[in-house]
Amino acid sequence: MISRGEIQETNSMIKYMNLDVRTITMGISLLDCADSDINKFNEKIYNKITTKAKDLVKIGKQLELELGIPIVNKRISVTPVALAAAGCNTNSYVSVAKTLDKAAKAVGVNFLGGFSALVHKGCTHSDEILINSIPQALAETDFVCSSVNVGTSRNGIDMDTVKKMGHIIKETAELSKDNSCLGCAKLVVFCNAVEDNPFMAGAFHGIGEKDCVINVGVSGPGVVKKALEEARGADFETLCETIKKTAFKITRVGQLVAQEASKRLNAPFGIIDLSLAPTPAVGDSIAEIFQEMGLEMAGAPGTTAALAMLNDNVKKGGVMASSYVGGLSGAFIPVSEDNSMIEAAKIGAITLEKLEAMTCVCSVGLDMLAIPGDTPPETISGIIADEAAIGMVNNKTTAVRLIPVIGKGVGEMVEFGGLLGYAPIMPVNRYSCKDFINRGGRIPAPIHSFKN
Amino acid sequence: MNCIITVLGNDRVGIIAKVCIYLSENGINILDISQTIVKGYFNMLMIVDIEKSTIPFENIAEGLKKIGDELNVEIRIQQESIFDCMHRI
Repeated sequence: MISRGEIQETNSMIKYMNLDVRTITMGISLLDCADSDINKFNEKIYNKITTKAKDLVKIGKQLELELGIPIVNKRISVTPVALAAAGCNTNSYVSVAKTLDKAAKAVGVNFLGGFSALVHKGCTHSDEILINSIPQALAETDFVCSSVNVGTSRNGIDMDTVKKMGHIIKETAELSKDNSCLGCAKLVVFCNAVEDNPFMAGAFHGIGEKDCVINVGVSGPGVVKKALEEARGADFETLCETIKKTAFKITRVGQLVAQEASKRLNAPFGIIDLSLAPTPAVGDSIAEIFQEMGLEMAGAPGTTAALAMLNDNVKKGGVMASSYVGGLSGAFIPVSEDNSMIEAAKIGAITLEKLEAMTCVCSVGLDMLAIPGDTPPETISGIIADEAAIGMVNNKTTAVRLIPVIGKGVGEMVEFGGLLGYAPIMPVNRYSCKDFINRGGRIPAPIHSFKN
Repeated sequence: MNCIITVLGNDRVGIIAKVCIYLSENGINILDISQTIVKGYFNMLMIVDIEKSTIPFENIAEGLKKIGDELNVEIRIQQESIFDCMHRI
């Protein structure tokens, strides 16, 4: 029988350490909605999403009540629109984004991901339409998230798209400049994007997936931090053991929620993604974990090693807890969404270059960084290319979610609101990479991709 | 289905009585009950079986919350599975 101590441990994780199920994300395939008439396509995707996900929010709330754990977000990911809409006779997918937004609102979810294109070896005509539609689509919708995969370890990097994305990010910022350039917070540029990630803004429903699946994202940086407080002064082995045990417990909760949600929604269970995803709330921070490990501030020498250890042990604990751990599983390091990371950025303890180094060992990449509004598009492309190269060579997912804040410069603050938080605008290396980016073409696949 | 009820708050007369009467009125069977009081702080755990409950889970939760508000204590009910999954392999 469960003991009093065990009950108290679980409940204090929930009540005092911000343990939560961050998202139940329903992945829905839109491939069977193909139609040459874009109006018919829009009608079909609206009907499919609102039918499949009609009970998603209700079931999420039910589970939240019965298990007594917050399920913060209920979300949807769909087949990359550039694939699903490829047959439409049109030159813009903005209407598709608006339809997705309408469907998201109708079922009550707070984000829908998949306004996406997978272009790691180059663009099809449909990919080009999608990418060109991104700025307007993100400016004119509330809940739609977009992503573009520009490279893989198997295929190299499509530098033509990398170049293009620098301009698209600037344009997206420009079109949403009256709203803190929020459009860019809903746009991720990936290398090695994963097909079953439940977290936004990068979620999409991969083409290797079933028609409809349930993926669950669990989070709990506060729980890890609290556990590490008990291991203060202990050696690295103890530190790793503590992280693993905590990750195991958190993931088991995710597994329970995923199984129940999948049963009640009559959709197969996909994966559990255990990602330590910070929020701006105090005590829900990755940077505080670094401080607990013994670093004065995030960004101090040793931060990359601390993050590598954290990320690895989160995965090790997670894989023991569920047979289907997937997605990105590890530690996210978004700047604006992490209270102590914001402080570190404000005082210059952490820089863009240090964050880049950290992305070699974190679960994703350069995330939610505000940069000066006058940063040239080629420089943004250069940052994307660097991140994609790290992902390509290290066989890991990397991503860039930068917000060039139009009209603001280094040191000024920008407020995104809610879980997206706020951030100081960080300096970017001012030397040009224009001629490099303008070369065009593809960076070939690295030598270690030839594994057959 | 087994659920765990936790009651936390300042001790006062009638907490257990009120909760037990409510459970009995709604066909909920108490399997185990334990309580401690440390420096006037009341902490009670109950394992209950809601299989034969005459009302659905959300109403039980709502009813218990109401009693908690009246008594100025925090009362929660959760399915036992969340504790099992975390602490048992």
